[in-house]
Amino acid sequence: MKLYEQTASSLSQLLQNKEVSSVEVVLSFLDRIELIEPYVKAFITHTPAMALETASVVDSRRSGGEELHPLAGVPIAVKDNISTRGLRTTCASKILENYIPPYDATVIESLKTAGLPLLGKTNMDEFAMGSSTENSAFYPTRNPWDLERVPGGSSGGSAVAVSTGMTPLALGSDTGGSIRQPASLCGLTGLRPTYGRVSRYGLIAFASSLDQIGPLSLTARDSAMLMNVIAGHDPLDSTAVSEAVPDYTAHLEDGVKKLRIGVIKQNVATGFDPEITAAVMKTVTLFKDHGAEVDEVSLPLTDYGLGAYYLIAPSEASSNLGRYDGVRYGYNHGGDNIETMFSATRGKGFGAEVKRRIMIGTYALSAGYYDAYYLQAMKVRTLIRRDYEAAFRRFDILVGATTPTPAFKIGEKIEDPLQMYLSDVCNITDALAGVPSLSVPCGISSEGLPLGMQMTASPFREGLLLKAACFLEQKRDPVSLRPRVKLPEGGEV
Amino acid sequence: MKYEVVIGLEIHLELQTLSKLFCGCSTTFGREPNTNCCPVCLGLPGSLPVFNRRAIEMAVTVALALNSCIHPQSRFDRKNYFYPDLPKAYQISQYDRPLSGGGFLQIEFDEEVRNISLERVHLEEEAGKLIHSGESIMGSEYSLVDYNRAGIPLLEIVTAPNLASGREARLFLEELRSVLLYTGASDCKMEEGSLRCDANISLRPAGQKELGTKVEVKNMNSFRSVELALNFEANRQEELLSAGGVVVQETCHWDEEKKETIPLRGKEGSSDYRYFPEPDLLPLVLEDSFINQIAATLPELPASRRVRLKEQYGLSGSEAVLFTVNRPLGDFFEAAAKLYSDYKNLSKWVRGDLLYQLRESGKTAAETDPQKFAELLTMLDGGEINRPVAKELLTEMVLSGKSPQKLVREKGLEQIAGDEQLLPLIEQVIAENSDAVESYRQGKDKALAFLVGKVMAMTGGRADPGRLNEILKEKISRG
Repeated sequence: MKLYEQTASSLSQLLQNKEVSSVEVVLSFLDRIELIEPYVKAFITHTPAMALETASVVDSRRSGGEELHPLAGVPIAVKDNISTRGLRTTCASKILENYIPPYDATVIESLKTAGLPLLGKTNMDEFAMGSSTENSAFYPTRNPWDLERVPGGSSGGSAVAVSTGMTPLALGSDTGGSIRQPASLCGLTGLRPTYGRVSRYGLIAFASSLDQIGPLSLTARDSAMLMNVIAGHDPLDSTAVSEAVPDYTAHLEDGVKKLRIGVIKQNVATGFDPEITAAVMKTVTLFKDHGAEVDEVSLPLTDYGLGAYYLIAPSEASSNLGRYDGVRYGYNHGGDNIETMFSATRGKGFGAEVKRRIMIGTYALSAGYYDAYYLQAMKVRTLIRRDYEAAFRRFDILVGATTPTPAFKIGEKIEDPLQMYLSDVCNITDALAGVPSLSVPCGISSEGLPLGMQMTASPFREGLLLKAACFLEQKRDPVSLRPRVKLPEGGEV
Repeated sequence: MKYEVVIGLEIHLELQTLSKLFCGCSTTFGREPNTNCCPVCLGLPGSLPVFNRRAIEMAVTVALALNSCIHPQSRFDRKNYFYPDLPKAYQISQYDRPLSGGGFLQIEFDEEVRNISLERVHLEEEAGKLIHSGESIMGSEYSLVDYNRAGIPLLEIVTAPNLASGREARLFLEELRSVLLYTGASDCKMEEGSLRCDANISLRPAGQKELGTKVEVKNMNSFRSVELALNFEANRQEELLSAGGVVVQETCHWDEEKKETIPLRGKEGSSDYRYFPEPDLLPLVLEDSFINQIAATLPELPASRRVRLKEQYGLSGSEAVLFTVNRPLGDFFEAAAKLYSDYKNLSKWVRGDLLYQLRESGKTAAETDPQKFAELLTMLDGGEINRPVAKELLTEMVLSGKSPQKLVREKGLEQIAGDEQLLPLIEQVIAENSDAVESYRQGKDKALAFLVGKVMAMTGGRADPGRLNEILKEKISRG
């Protein structure tokens, strides 16, 4: 039995039955990392010693008869924009290359309390700005299904780490698709929770009104288990809601009977890859065959979503990223006076895409443009919310493709920001509306690339999404969705 | 042409909360630099602000005390600019939906009462503090920054442009300080920077409605500087206009040494702060019940206290002002007045001898017992002690806290009431000072005082000086 091939829930069972130790589990993943990582570059920082230490503590507590969290001893990887005390947190940016936070994000504290060994911090687009992980200041991450292709982004490192069996679980963050799009491109389940469901305290901000931390995993059950660890109110985050947290694993196998499913017209559009549309429609049929009620729904404001998003998110980013000025921490380029120091530090410290978005946001918030851009975008956002509210009066779940195409080639869109932005077109309106949204694998393309379906529910109904995803998994063997990584020098791992 | 001066003030004051506006760090002044800090007030990546409820209560208290209308829903915004003392490169402030709108503060000016109207009151966070190795940030080899102050709650109070002179501005600030001290919201130390004031000043031909071009004056570090700076600037503008010149809209610094306003160079043009709603905070919703609860616990404010003191005790305007500005002294007066009903006399003693003794001894009115003070005055009125003894006892009382009766007994200071005790002493003095007796008889009144003093000295000051005079006059009558 290869431990690294197991899902988090089966590892949880093995550990609770004391069939394996957490140290054994961690060592299995560390071996896998050693083998695969050089080809895919999913991590920025590895923390094997830390992982083994946590694992051995968990093992001794468990053997001492302590009642531990079901995920205690199951390892995890965390996106490198989530602050970890004493462990550098770079946001894949040169400007934070050597930044070591003096505090843990609330989700990290929750992971520590539950006893999940941390394997490392994963690669991402710089400051979570991008859809391919090519915007990492260090190196791009490669898609294990085809090493010439991108894994999606910005949580590409987290997606690849799970997909290749380097970790059973990972945390990502989703501002406008950064969990769901890479999950789709790598064949995983990825959940963007309701805005406010998971504390943002310690998540390095890109766009504060949109950022959410969420799980990436092989199965819906694994994501549900991880949600049980990270969801909940946090007195340190004013936007974290106090709504009670359900047990996300409780209703996973309830099936889809009577579930009202709306197929979003705009997200199975004609411009999309026909294989994706076909896979989504086939899955919808599966739902229908098992007692779900299916109908089509239009979200007419979807067309304006992308425009609104690319004003709101950069506006907030232009403000959030102002603090990287070289005065207190991070990269400092020096200079003759304070102004040259500021501009040289920021000029050299940020990458091209980050600078582009700071420029867009600064412009959109400027006197004389604010009303036409930022304020107008906020109005669109309000209308999009209403669109969703209306749709959720008729449907429990809205579905469509997660991405218009499967994974694209590295370098294919990097010179064309607009094309890159369009790869998130299906993910953005959910984020603007603040509703929970999940990507689940729904097929493999003729080229052997994973295809994803996106499912969206009304606020705080993550459980419903996980239930529907779990239903789909039961129709297939999840581990068979793992890629065989074809090595450039020949052979597979 | 006659010009009219128009002044508007913008006041920033640090609220005296124990912890900062958005985190739990201490606000204590004077700590080792960068020790009252945490990820939130240092603006570390990923940190988030959370309201300090106490700061909001205090802000509402001040707004209510200034008769400003609390908005049931207000909003926080980000004011974006780069500066090393601003850890997040934005200040969390309030822009178009402030905590409260309108309001007024009453000032007394040349026996006339004026309402100075306010535009708004809003809450924001304080920045850190920079210390430059040279003159300014651009001219220095290095600058040091201390973030202990960063995140302290700051209240901004903006007046309407309706102050007419430096003196009015000063009176307004004095009244404002009084109100703030009464509410306990701020210690109002301009020298420590816990209260800061900038002013906009312009001139217009008397009677004209439209405002003239304004100049912003900064760096006024005391109420006196505010008055001096605004008077200087008003004169400068008047001279300029009278000579046919025009006022240029600019920002000036008040130079405390040269006693003049100096235009600020460098920061030309107005900054674009790119305000937008702070996404990390929810709108501030204040329920009526919350506001009413604070309104119900508002202390008596200076203006109504002045009126009440005049009505209740028949005090003069200046007495009422003193007992309001010096709140502990006023409280002392009122406590003593419960036991001693000659308010005029009480006020005279409190303002005079007590205040003097407090200053001399460094003690406070709160440390002095009003009951013992009332006893002292009662003893004096009843002739148990004389005036000089009363003053001596007061000194002792303030220092030791002992009751006047006890002190009198300890020191044997009871007034000598009967003539039979005085007569032998008077005889002796007359016998020993025949020159003085002779002088008096020849018409020199001063000589009598000399003789009174002699007897007084022999009694240790316990004789009733009035009675002593009478007896002496009788004995050495000019016949």
